[in-house]
Amino acid sequence: MNLNSNSTRKELPEVVRTPSRFRNPIGKYRLNRTTDCIGCGKCVEVCAYGVHEIKRGLVLTKNHYLCVGPDCPRPCYDECPVQALSLRKNPTFDAIGDLRWPPDLLVSTWYMAETGDVPPASLEYRVGASGGGFDRMRLALPPRQVKEEPENEEIDVGIELNRRDDNAHRIRIEVPFYGGGMSYGSVSITPMLSRIKAAAALGTFCSTGEGGYPDELKPYDDHVITQVATGLFGVREETIQRVKIVEFKYAQGAKPGLGGHLLGDKVTEGVARMREAVVGYPLFSPFPFHSVYSVEDHKKHVDWIKAINPLALVAVKVSTPTDVDMVAVGSYYAGAHIVHLDGSYGGTGAAPDIAKKNIAMPIEYAVPKVHRFLQDEGVRDRITVIASGGIRTPHDVAKIIALGADGVCTGTADLVALECVRCHNCESGRGCARGIATTDPELMELMEVEWGRRRIVNLFLAWRKELVRILKRLGMKSIRELVGRTDCLVHLDYMKR
Amino acid sequence: MPRKYVIHTKEVPNRFKAISRSGVIAWEEGCLKCAVCVKTQCVYHVYEHRSLDPRQMIDSIDNECMNCLRCVQSCPKQLIHKAINPEYKSLGDDYWTPDIISKLWYQAETGKIPVSGAGYPGPFSGPNFDSMWTDMSEIVRPTRDGIHGREYISTAVDLGTKKDHLDFKGMELVEESAPAVVAAPLPILLRVPAFGAFEQETIKGWARAASRLGTFLALPAEMNPEEAEAPQSCLIPIVSLPQAQSGQGNGHSLLVEILWSEHWRKAFERMSKSHPGALICVRVPFLKGAEERVLSVAKNGASIIHLEADFHGRSQQDETLLVRDGIRSAHLALVQEGIRDEVTLLASGGIAMAEHVAKAIICGADAVFIDFPILIALECRMCLRCKEGLSCPVEINTAPASWVASRVVNLVGAFHNQLLEVMGAMGIRDARRLRGEVGRSMFFDELDEAAFGQMGYLKEGYELE
Repeated sequence: MNLNSNSTRKELPEVVRTPSRFRNPIGKYRLNRTTDCIGCGKCVEVCAYGVHEIKRGLVLTKNHYLCVGPDCPRPCYDECPVQALSLRKNPTFDAIGDLRWPPDLLVSTWYMAETGDVPPASLEYRVGASGGGFDRMRLALPPRQVKEEPENEEIDVGIELNRRDDNAHRIRIEVPFYGGGMSYGSVSITPMLSRIKAAAALGTFCSTGEGGYPDELKPYDDHVITQVATGLFGVREETIQRVKIVEFKYAQGAKPGLGGHLLGDKVTEGVARMREAVVGYPLFSPFPFHSVYSVEDHKKHVDWIKAINPLALVAVKVSTPTDVDMVAVGSYYAGAHIVHLDGSYGGTGAAPDIAKKNIAMPIEYAVPKVHRFLQDEGVRDRITVIASGGIRTPHDVAKIIALGADGVCTGTADLVALECVRCHNCESGRGCARGIATTDPELMELMEVEWGRRRIVNLFLAWRKELVRILKRLGMKSIRELVGRTDCLVHLDYMKR
Repeated sequence: MPRKYVIHTKEVPNRFKAISRSGVIAWEEGCLKCAVCVKTQCVYHVYEHRSLDPRQMIDSIDNECMNCLRCVQSCPKQLIHKAINPEYKSLGDDYWTPDIISKLWYQAETGKIPVSGAGYPGPFSGPNFDSMWTDMSEIVRPTRDGIHGREYISTAVDLGTKKDHLDFKGMELVEESAPAVVAAPLPILLRVPAFGAFEQETIKGWARAASRLGTFLALPAEMNPEEAEAPQSCLIPIVSLPQAQSGQGNGHSLLVEILWSEHWRKAFERMSKSHPGALICVRVPFLKGAEERVLSVAKNGASIIHLEADFHGRSQQDETLLVRDGIRSAHLALVQEGIRDEVTLLASGGIAMAEHVAKAIICGADAVFIDFPILIALECRMCLRCKEGLSCPVEINTAPASWVASRVVNLVGAFHNQLLEVMGAMGIRDARRLRGEVGRSMFFDELDEAAFGQMGYLKEGYELE
């Protein structure tokens, strides 16, 4: 198959610097300025990061969050002629995040969403602190070449989604990821539109999740994946005919084997209308599909979609049980174009803690297992493997592709770009107090679509740049070359001296 | 099919303010007295309800703050910050982590299972039970909405012995060949913890909880089971050899526990005589080679064996031996001998969360004892002051029995629902079928090595990133 197919490459969108919605963005350090300050402006002059500002003769520390602390080559606190500046850690920094998204990852993701670039120093933006999986894996990069490096444009990070020899759409996405499902109801229309508009700008897709297909998304039909989940909320023939990719959700990594649950508080009028339900009543999307108890039943499902929209690609989203390899191969034989594996540490709007921690396996195990199994079956190059569930950084993307995926789905990273702080309260009361995962009319006002679109575009442009840099270091011209290259990875726990 | 087992829970408030993970630091110095202060905009109205608990010096905003950080990020003078509460960090220890303790408090208070938004925030894996995951399958063997009650999932287990066949004399069943079992509606038994600032009143509460739940409470005979003001049938007196020889324990118990020693048979015979109707459980400490001891106890007539680890889920003797593996080897030894169904294997020590119940059963236990969770349900902070004879910061000794009972019922109710969740996901509809079912689980040691074992080689001159 010609991987660089004739479909025209899309222009990349431009980075538009998009700062935080809040007055005080959170950074790692704080600078304290005493009243001794004489307003000489030395700090403004030496700082390369735009931390200080001079306004009408008054010097202010305007952007604490941009300070790189001890990593600074010319620290203002050393150069200040009257020692009016001192550096300390921001106490709030240590109070945010968790092991999978430590404060460093949150703050660096916010930085990327603001600037479209990785942070200059002081922040660990590549790995988290979970102590296993991605966080103990490293990319093994060959010695740097002195020879002239090719221009960025020569490196292709796009992937083809239809690898079957059939009549369905030939679809190429320009980045090796698309947006995972986040339903209307779990989030409001604002983040939904931000994500889909960003996907359109980046030349990729975004899934609706299982809460129906709001009319506001219509202009972006060509970048929407509509989800058919067990609750069948808002699923109509017309919505299936509207899109190029239809996704079956069998299970979700964060709560595999359990159904979805939307708390009553979040079922507002709009959500109820979309889902054809009653305002204020909790909604359960049952587990499993009662019409599917075998791979043959599953084929019936795929055939049903193909009968309604013969050109659509069919994606099958499953979780990661021990028999995930069998499920993947079964999906291929049932006619799916994409098998989407959602690992157990994935995101959710609400799930029992016991499920998030314990049920099914992390994505890092599932991908190599499925990759090898599909290879042995001789069908690996006829199906697209998409991984999700804990992909937080461009390095996670590179690692999971090297383990055998073709691309990934993002979810939590998008929300962090929108300034999610991982307080884990998406499910309680009115929903997210920061206006992301909420349907509360007042809280929704906290965010604008255009701001959100730009933040997500910036984040993923930064990811793209990193991927290009990594591929260049590996001497590869296309991300396709990285698939299954476990020799490009080292796991620190198994490292031999 | 047995009648559906439901645990009725209702909110039972804390007696003390809980210690929360982070605290709000609000400096007043430099405050501009803005017309619209960010504190008035709090989505959760925590500043409006602010109060100080003078006894504990705990500010209510710390308990009620939901960490959205909007006030931190919006105050014009940046006077509000958040910081991790050092008191929270010092709760418990490496095993009984602050997170486990505070989630146990929550379950005992509300009776609800902990639910949260966003993905799992914890470590990739860990020692002991943290190095296993339970299985599920979306297509091949799903349970149909077990948790929402549309399909019946039984958590009942049998304690006792089941022979592999029945004997008949003519049309009459030979009584000795009939199964000698008592049923528990769920695989969770309560046990008085090894230490704690509890009183007779607390024990009354625990006994009442066991009775309401239909399960059992194991307690040393010297704690006067007769005075627990609960049906004796829900108590398991733990009897030492001298106590057995002096004829202690009454005739109403269904279960009696004796401790393993070189002379356990003596106590066993003595108890069989004085308690002809009771099943006798032999408690075997989890030491090196415990599986052989379990096997020999089983072969010598005991129908219930209780493998006891320390309160960190390890061997009392060797810290590297984990209860997960202890249960597994004891179970496999019994299977290999062909007598697995003739004995019931109970496990205790380090069962701290609902998932440990499911995982201990997958490893091969029939049921588990929980001990410290029933103390933590009473707001215990695992500070161990009581061990040194110091006063209890949450005055467990003054807790009324009715409060104790309701808190423990809530906790076990939440555990039961979580057990249903994981069983539903695994497609297991009967807790008896979960025993030893390692096919429905995945072990870190096997998966990690298989996936990454080959990824340890770094070529000369290559850099890691």
